[in-house]
Amino acid sequence: MATGTRRSSAHRPRVGVVKFASCDGCQLTILDLEDELLAITESFDIVEFAEATSSRSQGPFDVLLVEGSISTPEQAREIVQLRREATTLVAIGACATSGGIQALRNLADHDAFRDAVYPQPQFISSLATSTPVSAHVAVDVELVGCPISGAQLLELLTALTTGRRPQLPDEAVCAECKRLGNPCILVAAGEPCLGPVTRTGCGALCPSFGRGCYGCFGPKEAANAASLAAWFGALGRSDEQVAREFAKFNVNAPAFRAIVEAKR
Amino acid sequence: MTHGMPHDQVHDGAPREHIFDVGMLTRVEGEGSLTLRVRDGAVVQAQLGIFEAPRYFERLVVGRTPDEVIDIVARICGICPVAYQMSAVHAFEALFKVQVDPQVRALRRLFYCGEWIESHALHIYLLHAPDFLGYPSAIELARDHRAVVERALAMKRTGNALVARLGARPIHPLTVRVGGWSRIPTRKELQALRPALDEALATAQATVDFVTTLTAPEFKREPRLVSLRHPDEYPMNEGRIVSTDGLDIAIDSWRDAFAEDQVAWSNALQARTHAGEVYLLGPSSRVTLNAARLHPLAAEALARTGLAEQIRVNPYWSIAARAVELVHATAEAIDIIDGYTAPSRAYAPWQPRAGATGWATEAPRGLLFHHYEIDERGLVARAQIVPPTSQNQAAIEADLTAFAPSVLALPHAEATLRLEQLIRSYDPCISCATHFLDLRIEPADR
Repeated sequence: MATGTRRSSAHRPRVGVVKFASCDGCQLTILDLEDELLAITESFDIVEFAEATSSRSQGPFDVLLVEGSISTPEQAREIVQLRREATTLVAIGACATSGGIQALRNLADHDAFRDAVYPQPQFISSLATSTPVSAHVAVDVELVGCPISGAQLLELLTALTTGRRPQLPDEAVCAECKRLGNPCILVAAGEPCLGPVTRTGCGALCPSFGRGCYGCFGPKEAANAASLAAWFGALGRSDEQVAREFAKFNVNAPAFRAIVEAKR
Repeated sequence: MTHGMPHDQVHDGAPREHIFDVGMLTRVEGEGSLTLRVRDGAVVQAQLGIFEAPRYFERLVVGRTPDEVIDIVARICGICPVAYQMSAVHAFEALFKVQVDPQVRALRRLFYCGEWIESHALHIYLLHAPDFLGYPSAIELARDHRAVVERALAMKRTGNALVARLGARPIHPLTVRVGGWSRIPTRKELQALRPALDEALATAQATVDFVTTLTAPEFKREPRLVSLRHPDEYPMNEGRIVSTDGLDIAIDSWRDAFAEDQVAWSNALQARTHAGEVYLLGPSSRVTLNAARLHPLAAEALARTGLAEQIRVNPYWSIAARAVELVHATAEAIDIIDGYTAPSRAYAPWQPRAGATGWATEAPRGLLFHHYEIDERGLVARAQIVPPTSQNQAAIEADLTAFAPSVLALPHAEATLRLEQLIRSYDPCISCATHFLDLRIEPADR
């Protein structure tokens, strides 16, 4: 993306950023691209981004970035409407791609969760499940992570401007961690680490900072989570403890959810 | 996503009720709206509507270990994850009687300095300044004042770099653990941040001078302000809970003075004093209640603005309080880095024990209280998390009710802008407010 070139708005892709159930962290990743932010606003016509601008648009969007999971009846209706308005729909973050931490209720009794927090639960409008955008509409690209990687977001935006497919890694955190030369958390420290089954993209941050990976970027393709769960058991972890390791920000991703359901 | 325009309702024999709907609030964190009910020219109710979906965090942490809770509560808010981690870790350490190394303690203040810098820089320049200067966003602001926005982004980047140096990444940092950190930085790693911090301090000082050139709408009220207060430090992680009307209680005793409830008319959990009074948290409260504990450079900056009284009585001038705190946070970060020697161990050993514990720390937007009950296995049995925005909500509504009559005669777009500006001046973080619900407005006499 060339800095300082301002194309006419007629040729700039119209970009929207919307959110459902989430923490705002993934859309904040856009504002955290401090060095590239102004260039991005020159290459793209950001027509909808409530967190950043008072200008509002209903669409249509050339590119729609969707943060958050679908967790209320209103959201389930709204995502269908937004899909019609978007040429390319990109789900960003663990909430939008797997349901997020709030999908823990998918494995439990939603009403009990609700009643534990709200004294007058009859006022709450909420679905029993928190699900990814792809469970409701077709999604063109998914950026995983809790939060997403700023570098991957930039790669996606660059690819969109040139009409090519974004290059997103699918190897395990473990492979990146080995290249960084970190001592192995699992082997050397004997602590649980989801690195062998988690998709990289974060930069193997947890093992680089002295702790086990906790799966922010979700399962990699063909992750052998059952084997890793057995390894945790061999390290002396109870089934309940093993289940908790997988029951985090991508608990609803099938590979992780299967372990939680088998072990809890 | 968007909401209706103003509409009048005329009822047979009833007073004429006017619903003034601002629609979706922009340049705030999360999704909310404002509706005013106006009857015979008087604002009878201001309702800050939040349609952020509930995520049940207080239930999500049940059955988890303290260190898991620290990872989970960060996800309440992508803007202030440090605050959630700090309130949680201090609550657990208080219960487990963990003795934390003084340098570990200093690093936690440094961590908070980073979050205050990035959050305040974001709010002042990208969310709030466009209001004062008449732009719909910082994107348009940057077209006319690119150098200003670039300096602001550089300062924000420095705040994020500080959080990332300690926490591995700026959003949802991952090194905080009970007893300390999973990894602590070397002195050299911290020193590498000094040039950027020197520049950020200069930008912070320029920000103070910049905000004094702004013109804020006239608005004066006598608010009840609440924050932490520490004997010698500007408050972040420790102190007592104090107020402008004489409250002075222990940091774990929030429940002794305040309570939150789901009020039927508003469909929202709101916090108030036990006497039912509203109160306000955040930078204006901290500056007002802790001016004597500001870093000397920040105290000098506050004096230079001449706005100390305006910060107390006029919410629009919170932008000056944030600017003063930017000077404080950058100056203190420099002091901490210069005085840092790596502790011998990253974290102190600890053993869980059963019991109840509470703690409050100062999030960028104000006092954030956590309360946990830990069971015999060392797992969370119950949790209460009270974010600053849910505590501020009732005070914001009271201020809106007081302010709105002065703008109702204006054209709708202009009135909307003025009211939105007032709401943005509190820097509401709606994503944090896990208690906020979808608010439906029904005229009382329909």
